[in-house]
Amino acid sequence: MRTIHASLLTDTIASLCVEANCRLPEDMRRSIENARNEEKWDTARGILDKIIENYNIADEKFVPICQDTGVCCVFLKIGTDVHIEGDLVEAVNEGVRRGYRDGYLRKSVVGDPLRRVNTGDNTPAMLYTELVPGDKLELTVAPKGFGSENMSKLAMLKPSDGVEGVKDFVVKTVEEAGPNPCPPIVVGVGIGGTFDKAALLAKKALMRSTDERNKDEYYAALEAELLDRINALGIGPQGFGGRTTALAVNIETMPTHIAGLPVAVNINCHVTRHRTVIL
Amino acid sequence: MEKRVNLPITRDMAREIKSGESVLLSGTIYTARDAAHKRLVRLLENGEKLPFDIENATIYYVGPTPAKPGQAIGSAGPTTSYRMDAYSPALIRAGETGMIGKGKRNAEVINAMKEYGAVYFAAIGGAGALLSSCIKSAEIVAYEDLGAEAVRRLTVEDFPVVCVIDSCGNNLYETGRKEYLDSDL
Repeated sequence: MRTIHASLLTDTIASLCVEANCRLPEDMRRSIENARNEEKWDTARGILDKIIENYNIADEKFVPICQDTGVCCVFLKIGTDVHIEGDLVEAVNEGVRRGYRDGYLRKSVVGDPLRRVNTGDNTPAMLYTELVPGDKLELTVAPKGFGSENMSKLAMLKPSDGVEGVKDFVVKTVEEAGPNPCPPIVVGVGIGGTFDKAALLAKKALMRSTDERNKDEYYAALEAELLDRINALGIGPQGFGGRTTALAVNIETMPTHIAGLPVAVNINCHVTRHRTVIL
Repeated sequence: MEKRVNLPITRDMAREIKSGESVLLSGTIYTARDAAHKRLVRLLENGEKLPFDIENATIYYVGPTPAKPGQAIGSAGPTTSYRMDAYSPALIRAGETGMIGKGKRNAEVINAMKEYGAVYFAAIGGAGALLSSCIKSAEIVAYEDLGAEAVRRLTVEDFPVVCVIDSCGNNLYETGRKEYLDSDL
């Protein structure tokens, strides 16, 4: 049994919150720069240039790439041979509190969905824990903006809808979102499980690098086909027209019930942020 | 080919700005998001005075990050505009002539823009660090309790926006996409 003190989680999360919000991950930079080089529509190229200039300024000045520094999603994969000394949930929230305060990040969380008073420190985090074998602790911090979150959707399709039904639902969700989620976007798709599991799969799909395809060839091909269909919609960067509507479609799946075909589409913007460390 | 516009925008000026035009705005704008819009419209409904002069005002839908020492404002890109659709027609009737955000607007907003003469601009969503450099000063004028959502008076210089919907109802989100799809690319 290995002991990890909760304070290490706090310190790590605090610094990851700031890092994630100010430095765009390498995979996103590569995807945006490749899209810029392949985009032939002038207006679209101009917008992509500004987007690149923006994340370079953020990096250089160490300021947030986007003012929506998000609700803070935290994913912990805890080895079953790890003992955490202290209050895990409080340690995570303290990390978020400190990161958002000391990093000059925006506090965007209300304490109640209907009575809507800002908690003032961006807590609580949206925390997910998973038990895995071993004595390591993997920690991912993913600030999630709501311009794109609001354009996300879930459908309980019928088995007879099949793969065509899934494709149509994903493409329709992106088309209806249009300019709202700040294209170019990253599209996370969760297929299977239950109502709740499909949504979580879609969120987890957004944690995967944009230049890494699904390990199952069938789904890798589906990701490529969906990306082509989405980029044929013509929405383009910021919705002003062009090819670059999405940078990647990431699909995650799991077994499901004989009667169901849950599909969730979680949309993320061109400021898709996530940082992972292993303790 | 950017057009320079000095604020405030009068109703006549608003009618001269066309969908698809890139515009650099200089002068005073006000910030307001969902919570502030709700309060502003409630004041209008009760016949009370707004905390700033709405006549010919341009409102920027933004909730900036806190300013670091030495900064006028933190990162400050636009938020999605449709959430303000429920409130914008009342503000346009009261005198608002410019709105800055990103994303679609509904028919009620566009009808009010046509009827009274107002213009809807988009700034690049997600480009908060870049846009912040065009904001020279920021001060809270109302609703400090809302934090990032407080109403601020901003002084902007050459703040880059694109006119998406003009006072005739032309909409770049429709025409830009169609033009691209109709091209040979």
